[in-house]
Amino acid sequence: MAVPKRKTSRSNTRSRRANWKTTATTLTSCPQCSAPKQPHIACPSCGTYAGRHYDVAERSEHQG
Amino acid sequence: MPTPTKGPRLGGGPAHERLILANLATSLFEHDQITTTTAKAKRLRPLAERLVTFAKRGDLHARRRVLTVVRDKGVVHRLFTEIAPDMADRQGGYTRITKIGNRKGDNAPMAVIELVREPLSAKKATVAEAEAATKRSAKTKKVGKSPAASKSEAAVSTTEADAAVDDAPIVGSAGSEAPLVDATEAEVLVADPAGAEGVVLQDPDDEADDTSNTKA
Repeated sequence: MAVPKRKTSRSNTRSRRANWKTTATTLTSCPQCSAPKQPHIACPSCGTYAGRHYDVAERSEHQG
Repeated sequence: MPTPTKGPRLGGGPAHERLILANLATSLFEHDQITTTTAKAKRLRPLAERLVTFAKRGDLHARRRVLTVVRDKGVVHRLFTEIAPDMADRQGGYTRITKIGNRKGDNAPMAVIELVREPLSAKKATVAEAEAATKRSAKTKKVGKSPAASKSEAAVSTTEADAAVDDAPIVGSAGSEAPLVDATEAEVLVADPAGAEGVVLQDPDDEADDTSNTKA
């Protein structure tokens, strides 16, 4: 079986990992309570989406 | 019919997926609203809507077809007697999926899938009707222009006149924008009416059929 000939250098490892980036989540403000929320998802603070209310969408501190 | 699902089944295999979806459908018709993962909700939607269509048909054959999926007779009874009458005016779109963010334990995207029980609101119905009317007038405008340009030919059939009266307010409003275009395009379109009306005149029997006029 083919195996790597050389140990991957610290430099190569770090330059590879330097490109593992994350992006900020797109946020909009809830039309109902003007709290930040993700688009196309029910508001986590007031639980409304398109004028309808969903209890299960509401998130508290503990639920995260 | 919905297109067959690509990719892996839900659960462990095809039979497991059928069981999962049947249980989800049973719960949905029992409670009207269930919370599940987005993936399951998306798979459930076509199945549930097909079952509602069976329920709207309402005969014994349809009931037996539904019973092959939803095994609970009580739930099927509720579907046929309570849910189906509410969906009578609705042409599809019996369920609504709303995303509610990710679950805490495994970060799975969750959704609420619910039956749309409320009656079609008058406002939305009129909006849909108006959109359909504008579409129709857009179609008739192409056809309707040509007879207007060539009234002297007196070849405008009564069916077309009727259609024009029906769509009068919309055609009028569209016409308010159109005349400038008409004046320029009329000369270009003069060649068309002969051909277009020739088609109409061939079948003057379809007096009541508006669609044939619009297509012609």
